[in-house]
Amino acid sequence: MAERTQPDASAARRLSTGALLLRIAAHAGALAPLAYLLWQTLTGGLSFDPIHDLTLRTGKPAFILLLLSLAARPAVVVTGVTALRPLARTLGLYAFGYATIHMLIFVGLDFGFRWDLIVGGVLEKRYAVIGLATFLILLTLAATSTRKAARRLGALWKRLHRLAYAAGVLATLHYLWAVKFITFEQWAYAVVLALLLVARLPEVEGRIRRSRSE
Amino acid sequence: MTKIDPSEITPESVYLSRRKFMVGVAALAGSALLAGCGIGGETGETGGSTGGSGTTAAPGGTPTPDELTSFDAITNYNNFYEFSLDKEEVASLAADFVIEPWTVEVGGMVESPRKYSIDELLALYPEEERVYRMRCVEGWSMVIPWLGFPLRLLLDDVKPTSEARYVRFQSLDDPERLPGQRHRFAWPYVEGLRLDEAIHDLTILSTGLYGKRLLPQNGAPIRLVVPWKYGFKSIKSVVRIDLVSEMPESLWMEAGPREYGFYANVNPEVDHPRWSQKTERRIGDFGRIDTLLFNGYDEVAPLYAGMDLRENY
Ligand code: HEM
Repeated sequence: MAERTQPDASAARRLSTGALLLRIAAHAGALAPLAYLLWQTLTGGLSFDPIHDLTLRTGKPAFILLLLSLAARPAVVVTGVTALRPLARTLGLYAFGYATIHMLIFVGLDFGFRWDLIVGGVLEKRYAVIGLATFLILLTLAATSTRKAARRLGALWKRLHRLAYAAGVLATLHYLWAVKFITFEQWAYAVVLALLLVARLPEVEGRIRRSRSE
Repeated sequence: MTKIDPSEITPESVYLSRRKFMVGVAALAGSALLAGCGIGGETGETGGSTGGSGTTAAPGGTPTPDELTSFDAITNYNNFYEFSLDKEEVASLAADFVIEPWTVEVGGMVESPRKYSIDELLALYPEEERVYRMRCVEGWSMVIPWLGFPLRLLLDDVKPTSEARYVRFQSLDDPERLPGQRHRFAWPYVEGLRLDEAIHDLTILSTGLYGKRLLPQNGAPIRLVVPWKYGFKSIKSVVRIDLVSEMPESLWMEAGPREYGFYANVNPEVDHPRWSQKTERRIGDFGRIDTLLFNGYDEVAPLYAGMDLRENY
């Protein structure tokens, strides 16, 4: 979308080979879990509880892509490679895409749109409420992810898109509460999230930038 | 879903012993008569749980609306943390598990404590087939044709003393053979039943399924099966059974006291604190079916007469 419509042709041409490869890698990497999941679905490679399998294997990429999206900014701060910056948006949109499929599997495949059960039985559970909140944030961010929306929202846009961090926190809580018990894996993700939050503090960003330019 | 020819899964000898058993039960326990049938569908109380899965003939020709879960699924989708936390990994990790020799020590508050080999148990208590629904606390379920014998028969023989109130079960404790025991929980796995639950006719010790000996991933060589409780109560690979006076603390009660109680009766109205228990996915079917109180085994309701099932989760 916005990325493809560069302001002028020369900017597009200035896109270095490295940056181009990075973009291709980002798209390929983000689509790989979906492709593999589709392949396994069609060839009968899912577990004996296929709906559960599909739920987990769309939730997990949504979560990881969200964290990676949040990691784009500190990656620029640390490395100075500005070509990494657009990945925040690209990966964020993919996170939203997986989250949408995740949610639809839950509502449609798993519960067969039985709203009585979904609203009465499930949405009172904190992991589900938190999941829904995360999804709504991602929806809002995706809907305002175009350049046009950014221009229209002006200063508000920046503040709005800081909600990505809230989405990261909520998604982590959703994950911790969804699993039967927490293992090393979930703690590791929680630590990564904490590091991303710390790295976003202006104070910390300033220090990293200064130490890099020294 | 694979349909199983009844003759394939129930050897004739098993049929005969079941018939004998049922007659015995009828004589023994008036109110437990229904339970004595012991076949899931035969209780006639499966309304709503069938998910339109069609009607198959249960072994013995009795129609049951519950279709058997495939042998493949039962033996390859296992919660058995002593091997792995990954349900799909258990079967391969358990493949080399050595179950011979194996003894089950029955003791505690009994008049005749005794150590049994599996062969002794099989000789003393003929196997019969019991088709039971199995509802996992995680929200999925299977229908499994177990082979086994009522725990009551064994308890009768060791003669619990008058102080015995509960039965405590313990799994094998051997981190060498059970890699999952090297970390995480306070191993070994321990479970408990109230004595009246333990001697209920639905409660069996199982040594096989689908007409074959149990495979390690299903709790070989011998395990408990309590079909009206969440699956984790049905402790696998049992080595000790003790009659005790105090309520035993199970491994799960210790690991998560607010989430896993002693009773763990299947109950759609009592949610796990973090997820709903109103519905379940039947492995092999698509979508969800309603979860039934006591997993549909209404005959156990008298055990809990007057008890607050929300309190005693
Ligand atoms: C309406 C919104 C949502 C609902 C109803 C929902 C529901 C669920 C359910 C039912 C599970 C499986 C729990 C289990 O049985 O093990 C799950 C797991 C998960 N969900 Fe969601 N979810 C939602 C939104 C999200 C969002 C927005 C994300 C991430 C951005 C996310 C990430 C995850 C993750 C990482 C897992 C765990 C996967 C694993 O254990 O490997 N979910 N979710």
